[in-house]
Amino acid sequence: MKKVSKILALILALSMVFAFAACKNEPATGENDTTAGELADVKVGFIFLHDENSTYDKNFMDAAKKACEEMGIEYAQKTQIPESNDCYDAAVELIEVDGCNVIFADSFGHESFLMKAAAEYEDVQFCHATGTQAHTSELKNFHNAFASIYEGRFLAGVAAGMKLNEMIEAGEITEEEAKMGYVGAFTFAEVISGYTSFYLGAKSVCPSVTMDVKFTGSWYDEQKEKEAADALITGGCVLISQHADSMGAPTACETAGVPNVSYNGSTINACPNTFIVSSRINWAPYFEYMIQCVMDGKAIDTDWTGTLETGSVMLTDVNEAVAAEGTVAKLEEVKAALNDGSLQVFDTANFTVTVTDTLNVNATVDGNGVLTGYMADVDTDEAFTADTEVVEGGVFYESKFRSGPYFDVRIDGITLLDEAY
Amino acid sequence: MADNTTVKHHREPLFHIAKRDDMVWWKAWLIRIAAIVISIFAMSLVSMALTEKSLFETLEIMYRGVLGRIEEGSTVMLWKYLQQIAILLCLSLALTPAFKMKFWNCGAEGQALVGGLGALIVMIELGPKLPYGVLMVVVVAVSILAGAIWGLLPAIFKAFFNTNETLFTLMMNYIATQIIAYYVYIKGGGSNVISPVAYGNFPKVGDNKYLVNIIIVAVLTVAMYIYLKYSKQGYEISVVGESQNTARYIGINVKKVIIRTMCISGALCGVAGLLLVAGTDHTIRTDTVGGQGFTAIMMSWLGQFNPFIMVFMTALIIFLKLGAGKVADTCRLNSSFSDIFIGVVILCVVGCEFFIRYTIKFRHHKKEGKA
Repeated sequence: MKKVSKILALILALSMVFAFAACKNEPATGENDTTAGELADVKVGFIFLHDENSTYDKNFMDAAKKACEEMGIEYAQKTQIPESNDCYDAAVELIEVDGCNVIFADSFGHESFLMKAAAEYEDVQFCHATGTQAHTSELKNFHNAFASIYEGRFLAGVAAGMKLNEMIEAGEITEEEAKMGYVGAFTFAEVISGYTSFYLGAKSVCPSVTMDVKFTGSWYDEQKEKEAADALITGGCVLISQHADSMGAPTACETAGVPNVSYNGSTINACPNTFIVSSRINWAPYFEYMIQCVMDGKAIDTDWTGTLETGSVMLTDVNEAVAAEGTVAKLEEVKAALNDGSLQVFDTANFTVTVTDTLNVNATVDGNGVLTGYMADVDTDEAFTADTEVVEGGVFYESKFRSGPYFDVRIDGITLLDEAY
Repeated sequence: MADNTTVKHHREPLFHIAKRDDMVWWKAWLIRIAAIVISIFAMSLVSMALTEKSLFETLEIMYRGVLGRIEEGSTVMLWKYLQQIAILLCLSLALTPAFKMKFWNCGAEGQALVGGLGALIVMIELGPKLPYGVLMVVVVAVSILAGAIWGLLPAIFKAFFNTNETLFTLMMNYIATQIIAYYVYIKGGGSNVISPVAYGNFPKVGDNKYLVNIIIVAVLTVAMYIYLKYSKQGYEISVVGESQNTARYIGINVKKVIIRTMCISGALCGVAGLLLVAGTDHTIRTDTVGGQGFTAIMMSWLGQFNPFIMVFMTALIIFLKLGAGKVADTCRLNSSFSDIFIGVVILCVVGCEFFIRYTIKFRHHKKEGKA
């Protein structure tokens, strides 16, 4: 007992030291607050799934830095926050400790935990990328945002298709051998929408193209992504693209000498001999919009969808050493067509769909396999009930009824090699 | 140079190491505390060099990251801090009886995960059907049982076939992780996340979500201290740990003690899982325990199997984890920085045991010669 009491005394002494340190510091923080107070009524707290080693998160982190610096406001961030209660804890910490009044989280699975925090802090605005629940939730301070990245993927697909045409003309492959490979994370709408638009882009210039897709079951698993890309290359794919966040697939391509269309940003430094182009979402326009809304005391849109026009959907510079000749000019042409509405990515005339008992159950097709109707799960619920008709006048309207993607049609010409995830 | 000196003199080494028999307890603690303070100070200097913040600012960021704006009356962060201590402490307590018996239970991670999974399955499947009180009893019982079974399996094999328990318990972790990955795949859909379940959650005390967890672990801490120090079973555990032959000689059923102790160890890990799932997250992922089952091994050792010292050690480690994490976030360092920080501190704490158990004797020879 004597021992215990002495240890207790030591702990007490130690905590006094900490308390003392805190007291001394108090005026310092006070000063900081007043000097910063004039400039910044807004302080944004960012929650990132991984850190800057993930291309996905780096894309957000760069945009956050750019937007906040341009708007002249302070921001705080938490990295490596898994899609768990940790996300709630991170939000609370950003609000309580850093004094943030806008919270932004970047991963799909963060949503329910962010909503939990949103319900508790009504004065704080919560914005969430890629989420689906804001439009059905009763929380006024919770908002979703996304971008029409399918347009960017489509453009990247055009670049891929042109590369395939070049390979066919050079006699490296036959028309039938024009098969692309795609490394995806999970089999859900965001990924399906992504690879389908990429495929349709390629098909618009190279009609014979087919595509194999492999899934890794993780947003960031360098080894698995590399293995998946290798398997696709072994399986006869002559061009690879990916929707997963590590450098796994691009490096596998560089090693094997197979052209790669990347995502989230340029991989040209690591892969100078195989990188063609990359599509990415530029989040800076949304961040600026979100910050401006809070500054002006205006409500943030429940669902915000960035487009090519808002500068939210972007392509990196084309690597002319690898890309086919004339790619840059062609991309400009297609981009203009997408912008003026004369070209629609999910124009139902451009693909066919096979309906079976288990596949595409929400789709209706005509005799030629052309999609005439599709009930999508727009209002998220546990059973994934299809609730909204999204095909109108021969076009599947993605990102119209909510910002988060809901295109999950399995179209002909794309083979899923595994559906474990 | 070195060659020269050896040629010139044939002399005893510069210093040698001798075992120290007994150091006064307060001296030992002074050394330990010095090791902690020095290592924190050293790492603060490193972060100063990386971030251009002063030492005082660095320490203040750490303090803020853990306790928040506590002087303004905001206790949210304090409770979160106590909650995290409670979870790690619960796991450390769970491992302690097994370690004292020299049964190397490296499976706290898996035992806690299956405990949590048990709780979650009951919450999802029976949640809407049972009244709250009955539901909670089932949730608690199932998670304790699941953890105990996960601890029991390696114990039975150890007792009857003398298998290696370290490997066995480690392998059980992988099985548990994969079962949970599978369950999340079935129930999660979409991006593989199970949304928090509304049923079978621990009650809030007023506004406080974590108080129940903290009280449970506080009670367990005292109970474990009494169990190990004053109960007959606790005595049996230490005898089996010291020497199984002695235990047999004085009529202790060694097999029974091994199995019983691992049941307790696994059950307590199950409780940690219960606290994480029913008391905190209300859902599960493969990394719900987040490696704390392994950190707990170190906590149990650093605490010298004494639950009260473990309180202090876990409080320190969680403080460093949260504090260094905040430094990394605030100064835009990579999040690995906090792992490095904690690693260095633990290394110093473990390393200082050397100076407590041994003494370094320098040779006096040279001085005398010169004089």
